[in-house]
Amino acid sequence: MSAEQNRKLIVLAAIWAVLLLAPYWMVPLGGYTALATRVLVLGLAAMSLNFLLGFTGVLSFGHAAYFGLGAYGAGLTLKFLVLSTPLALLAGMLLGGVCGGILGTLIVRRRGVYFAMVTIAFGQVFYYIAFQWSSLTGGDDGLRGFSRQPLDFGLFRLDILSSANNFYFFVLFCFALAVGAMGFILRSPFGRTMIAIRENERRSRFLGIPVERHIWIAFTLSCFFMGFAGALYALVNNFADPRGLHYSQSGDFVMMAVMGGMRSFWGPLLGAAVFVVLQDYLSSVTVNWMSFVGLLFVLVVLFFPRGLLGFLQRSKA
Amino acid sequence: MNVLEIRNVTKRFGNLVAVSDISLNVAKGEMCAIIGPNGAGKTTFFNLISGFFPPTTGTITFDGRDITRLATNQRVTLGMARTFQITEIFPELTVFENVRIAAEVAGGYRLRPWINRSEALQIRQHVEATLKLVSLEAKTDRLVGELAHGDQRAAEIAMALALKPHLLLLDEPTAGMGDQETYQITQLIRRLHRDSNYTIVLIEHDMRVVFHLADRICVLDQGRMLAQGTPQEIAANEAVQAAYLGNAA
Repeated sequence: MSAEQNRKLIVLAAIWAVLLLAPYWMVPLGGYTALATRVLVLGLAAMSLNFLLGFTGVLSFGHAAYFGLGAYGAGLTLKFLVLSTPLALLAGMLLGGVCGGILGTLIVRRRGVYFAMVTIAFGQVFYYIAFQWSSLTGGDDGLRGFSRQPLDFGLFRLDILSSANNFYFFVLFCFALAVGAMGFILRSPFGRTMIAIRENERRSRFLGIPVERHIWIAFTLSCFFMGFAGALYALVNNFADPRGLHYSQSGDFVMMAVMGGMRSFWGPLLGAAVFVVLQDYLSSVTVNWMSFVGLLFVLVVLFFPRGLLGFLQRSKA
Repeated sequence: MNVLEIRNVTKRFGNLVAVSDISLNVAKGEMCAIIGPNGAGKTTFFNLISGFFPPTTGTITFDGRDITRLATNQRVTLGMARTFQITEIFPELTVFENVRIAAEVAGGYRLRPWINRSEALQIRQHVEATLKLVSLEAKTDRLVGELAHGDQRAAEIAMALALKPHLLLLDEPTAGMGDQETYQITQLIRRLHRDSNYTIVLIEHDMRVVFHLADRICVLDQGRMLAQGTPQEIAANEAVQAAYLGNAA
């Protein structure tokens, strides 16, 4: 038992060491720091989706909506309200989470395919709002005209706009907060009821768990995390894109989670890393980069049904 | 005092009357068995008690409280636990984790995002005591999905017991078991009844089990209560023999 705990600690330390040192090993390997930042942010989004998909067992195919809402929330705050990076992140997270919470009350009564369909439908509503409401959102061109602001700590200011490394570490800090919160919840009695619902909904109900309410809470929490990731993404690009709300973006997140391994906590991060790095490399070679990512996805699903990380864990055990 | 009082309950599905005008009282500490041929309405009757669906007419009272329209999970919270004919467990979790979820929900922790050391210890002790009661203490860290059928059933009963129920509903606890497993589960249910004084209602096909365990037997036939009484009375009842025991023998 304690040997297993030791192994888990070592793995955890290794993950964080890799993430902390990313700016130093990525560049020699031909990458660049901003790429690592994108991996972190999209990885956080995939992990947020997987909080629901992998640990509560319900598939949302419209989670990009809350990601995009987070991005617009952060962008609009910086553009029209206040020049503060932390407040922009907070606003993005709240916008994604609150909208998710409200729509969640309507969504959680459905199951399976119907749940996925309803999430897509609500997601597309936000896409069309962002697309049509040009005066506020910039319409098809996306929201421009804002940029992330230096962090003001009173005694000193941290420039995260021009220093790619500073910004990476800031994003890593935010990532750690969100991922830490997710891990904490999953280890709690509430987190265990989520897993109970995933494993056997009828048994959960007959243990006295109000299943719909618990799925709603998990859904809402997941939307808060998703909004937070979206807000970070707006800061990465200094831009919010209506396509970030589109269901094809939701599909990308599902792909990252499934490819990395939806039963493992860190799987979606690995999936996002593979996805983002491949996209970055292949899109400079061919415009049909998505076919290759799709091919890889099919291969993973066929040969490693538990995802890349699930496969690694299996072969070790 | 009656734990469960069922008054003139009827359940219709369209034109089909699955359960027709059944009344039943279950006293505290009593073990009541429901028997009847296939299609007699036993499982429908059980589903009415545990809240799968509300009855078309009639009322159900639990611990003096009208629960006719309450949802399943609310009935569980009031102290009603059930097992299923086809075992309902969390197969990919360990025996301990299965029962811990039940214990945490029963302890009122289900919405808690944290749990402190002394609470966790209390839960652990409760889980271990429950596993001991069903003789699974040696298999705590095994995945439930990998256990033998009889042990899975014991784990399911342990989850129900961890809820500290006032009423235990067991739907065919020996279904699909060999003689050895049937004997073990029967002994377990007997201990729960005699030693731990649980109030139990069970559906059972195996007549040896029923006559061995029950204080009272209710015979259902075509959705109606054909007879109820002690095992001796039921064995002597001519209507029952004609409708059921006669055919089975």
